[in-house]
Amino acid sequence: MPSNMTLGERLRKQGVSRRGFLKFCAATASMMALPPTAVSALAAGLEKARRPSVIWLSFQECTGCAEAITRSEAPTLENLIFDYISLDYQHTIMAASGDAAEAAREKAMHENEGKYIVIVDGAIPLKDDGIYSTIAGMTNLQILKDTVKHAAAVISLGTCAAYGGIPKASPNPTGAAAVSEIIKDKPIINVPGCPPIPVVITGVIAQYLAFGKLPELDALGRPKAFYGQNIHDRCYRRPFYERGLFAETFDDEGAKAGWCLWKLGCKGPITYNACAVTKWNYGTSFPIQAGHGCIGCSEPDFWDKGGFYEPLSAGTFSAGGRLAAAAAVGVAVGVGSAVLARNSQKALHHKEGA
Amino acid sequence: MSSLDAIGVRVEGPDLKALARRNAEPILHEIRHALARLLESGEETVIDLRGLPLSDFDQDFLVGELGVGELECRLDALGKSVIQETAYHGVWLVTHFNAGEQIIGRFVEVTFVPAILKSDPIDIRSDLDRLTERLAAGLEEGSAGEVDSQ
Repeated sequence: MPSNMTLGERLRKQGVSRRGFLKFCAATASMMALPPTAVSALAAGLEKARRPSVIWLSFQECTGCAEAITRSEAPTLENLIFDYISLDYQHTIMAASGDAAEAAREKAMHENEGKYIVIVDGAIPLKDDGIYSTIAGMTNLQILKDTVKHAAAVISLGTCAAYGGIPKASPNPTGAAAVSEIIKDKPIINVPGCPPIPVVITGVIAQYLAFGKLPELDALGRPKAFYGQNIHDRCYRRPFYERGLFAETFDDEGAKAGWCLWKLGCKGPITYNACAVTKWNYGTSFPIQAGHGCIGCSEPDFWDKGGFYEPLSAGTFSAGGRLAAAAAVGVAVGVGSAVLARNSQKALHHKEGA
Repeated sequence: MSSLDAIGVRVEGPDLKALARRNAEPILHEIRHALARLLESGEETVIDLRGLPLSDFDQDFLVGELGVGELECRLDALGKSVIQETAYHGVWLVTHFNAGEQIIGRFVEVTFVPAILKSDPIDIRSDLDRLTERLAAGLEEGSAGEVDSQ
């Protein structure tokens, strides 16, 4: 199949009808949180989209981000988009290795100068000249700088690339850093999450393909389409919060009745991601629906923000500061519950210390 | 439907059903306004149900309230789609599935006819060419009734 075909031509060549294409666009617009009225604009943009070259660099990471996207079953929106891009380098899944793999990266850079996209998953160690992670004799730092030099944009995939993530967690022995701490002269889109939701990854790529520009970003460099609202505001358990109905333990009557998990440490009120709407495993569920609070994995330094099971009002910050945060996201009953949660957490600590 | 549904887990407590009404009722009001607009000005409305914070209970309540109307269409393109007119004329429930039968999109469309049901000029032109070629070739190869299920 010619590499210069548009996405529309490619889909038609594969036997996808116009109805199928419109269905694909409707579902894509839905996952991108675009209004349904934007479907026709999306369809027009994707119809004419050309295949971009993508170089995917994996650094200090667990491969969870790559697993999240490549484990999706066919045919999904994820792989319709993902199959369309020209993934010219990804050392975990590419057949080539050693010099041949590095040659493929350099070839893609040379042939698509100024136009290729770099996806980075994993943090970059900076301590001791970055010797704690190397590929083909080069440090991650060297490869990143070399590859990004002529890129159109960088997508920092996962919390490690976006904010340092777990490699950066205290005491950060390798001096791990986010892409944005190193690269200052290129557009960077952060797609955090541990891992990010697969359709969010492809949604960002689809938006770039369809509209030919980078998405609007929030203050932390995340696309607003997916990270514009916090988990708490989009949570189907939110009405329980409004009514002051909280699970106190994971097996009490409140937990069984599906009440709000805030007092069990849910970080939904301070976490911006699409989990509550897009959900996981093809829309099956998400952690809160499965009965576990959000751990805030799409936020910077989530690993060092206190216990996952401590309510926000009893975190590592001063109690007053956390209480103020609670007041900002909820109604009076929520604040009252924050006080109760803090007291119960104090009682728990007292009991443990006794 | 995912295989997870086969796992015998039951969420206890009556509150979820009561809550479902609270979450779904505003959408019914929105649909009522949309129907009025459709009649008055012909303006169509699409509500993306996956873009709203609805639990399974909420969706079941909403779908139950909308009911089942006279017409149901099935589309086979990148997986199945069900286009169902609800018990309210002009209110359609459009559900898109992928090949694995997982829901990838669910919309309430307030319209006379959902757009996806209409034949597209690009497809019509392509099939006009195909029919012309078949007639020119004497209808010898394959069957005219073979429709691509993509």
